[in-house]
Amino acid sequence: MTEEIIIAGFGGQGVLSMGKILAYSGMMQNKEVSWFPSYGPEMRGGTANVTVILSDERISSPILNKFDTAIILNQQSMDKFEPSVKPGGVLIYDPNGIVHHPTRTDINIYTIEAADEAAKVGLAKVFNMFVLGAFLKIKPIIDDEYIHKGLEKSLPVRRHNLIPENEKAIAGGKKCVKPVQVLS
Amino acid sequence: MKDIRLMKGNEAIAEGVIRAGCDGYFGYPITPQSEVLEYLMATNTEKRTGMVTLQAESEIASIHMVYGGAGAGKRVMTSSSSPGISLMQEGISFMAGTELPCLLLNVVRGGPGLGTIQPSQSDYFQAVKGGGHGDYKMIVLAPASVQEMYDFAKLGFELAFKHRIQVMVLSDGAIGQMMEKVELDEQLPRLTDEEIVKKYPWATTGKTPDRPRNIITSLDLNPVKQEIININLQKKFKHIEETEVRFERIECDDAEYLFVAYGSSARVCQKAVQLGRARGIKVGLLRPITLFPYPVEEVAKLAKQVKGMLAIEMSAGQMVEDVRLAVNGVVPVAHYGRLGGILPAPDEVIHELEKNFINK
Repeated sequence: MTEEIIIAGFGGQGVLSMGKILAYSGMMQNKEVSWFPSYGPEMRGGTANVTVILSDERISSPILNKFDTAIILNQQSMDKFEPSVKPGGVLIYDPNGIVHHPTRTDINIYTIEAADEAAKVGLAKVFNMFVLGAFLKIKPIIDDEYIHKGLEKSLPVRRHNLIPENEKAIAGGKKCVKPVQVLS
Repeated sequence: MKDIRLMKGNEAIAEGVIRAGCDGYFGYPITPQSEVLEYLMATNTEKRTGMVTLQAESEIASIHMVYGGAGAGKRVMTSSSSPGISLMQEGISFMAGTELPCLLLNVVRGGPGLGTIQPSQSDYFQAVKGGGHGDYKMIVLAPASVQEMYDFAKLGFELAFKHRIQVMVLSDGAIGQMMEKVELDEQLPRLTDEEIVKKYPWATTGKTPDRPRNIITSLDLNPVKQEIININLQKKFKHIEETEVRFERIECDDAEYLFVAYGSSARVCQKAVQLGRARGIKVGLLRPITLFPYPVEEVAKLAKQVKGMLAIEMSAGQMVEDVRLAVNGVVPVAHYGRLGGILPAPDEVIHELEKNFINK
């Protein structure tokens, strides 16, 4: 199993930390992992993205331009990364703020209204975990127990009181993800 | 139980130097390597091992603090990124002239000038051919993973003291910023002052009546003596060329074409080898781990086996010159590079191989 993922959105949406939790969780489940962020200007506003690879084998390139899954949280990232999904791959996006929806017919497309759903249940701060939940529903490659361990590892101990609401958000995301186009 | 962690490359080398028994770090922050200093500060090295971590007022001050620490026989280091390393060249040349061991880390970003903060490999010439003045070489190690960032801390100090030479870890923004699994080993003790006196008789540890004064200077106005100093330096570099070459061969045994790449470009090429092989192209990768000494013999050997070599670098063509020198015209050598902080993609690299050698 090798899963090559790009997560992209605005700086401040929790894109990098979502990737970090995914990478830590994968490591706890004994997978090879890599996490390669866009760094620098992106962190000061604008767009941010991170490439996460989870694999049972040694990872060759942590730097990629074709992905099994793209998780998209804004229009700029949609424009940039929709073409980078491998044929037969998965695109998950939050339609909030998206004007030009994806048009490819050779990939699986899902939406997660993470921003709205998270706000509805008072979990706006962990909106990114709704998105992570959506991904894990479509690609159940990491077990919940390891997600828990990943959260423990990636959050500082003084923030461990936030783990339950992160897990609640992940569970919420799993429920809210909707198929738009699923290839047979 | 093994101590395995998920770390950034910059954090891994910082942890690596602590565990290698480093005595002092002197540096000045610059993206994309500021995590080195941040990690050392956050971990409180002074309390943990007694190691000094100091933010100097500039890069020039940092390298001269390293110069002083190394003169006293201490395991000392600095780190920076391209523009900061340029500022340090005078100090590095002085350390070459006085044969003082130290560890230097360059997490390369795009240049020239302030350039960009994105990853690049455009400081190869500066690192390998001598960025400062005078006839000197440093040992240059090129990590291609976060694990190697960690491992090369210890290896770097070992080589530096073994040969009394400056060792540079030539990394780049991608390796520095990405996170991968790292397996840590046990803490090595720092040397005591008595051990330093015993192990390094050249060090300025305080004169005792039983030996002449140790003087560390790169100045000798007598050209006859200066020539001898230079001849001895060259002997040392030759010895290093004969004994310290390191490289990794990936899918080279049956290769008809060869990528030559180091650092993060080598990781991209590893993927390209998989893609190429899936398309039926017998392609391999030679990854130099030491850039000085360069794996000249291995490249020459492979030149007799393959139909062509493609050097992949994030530069306009620097390492490819060493490939061409080693190949010496036996097979065609091409170069492909992205500039200014852009990383090549695996399929782009395969496309270049096909364009240069296969679909000609």
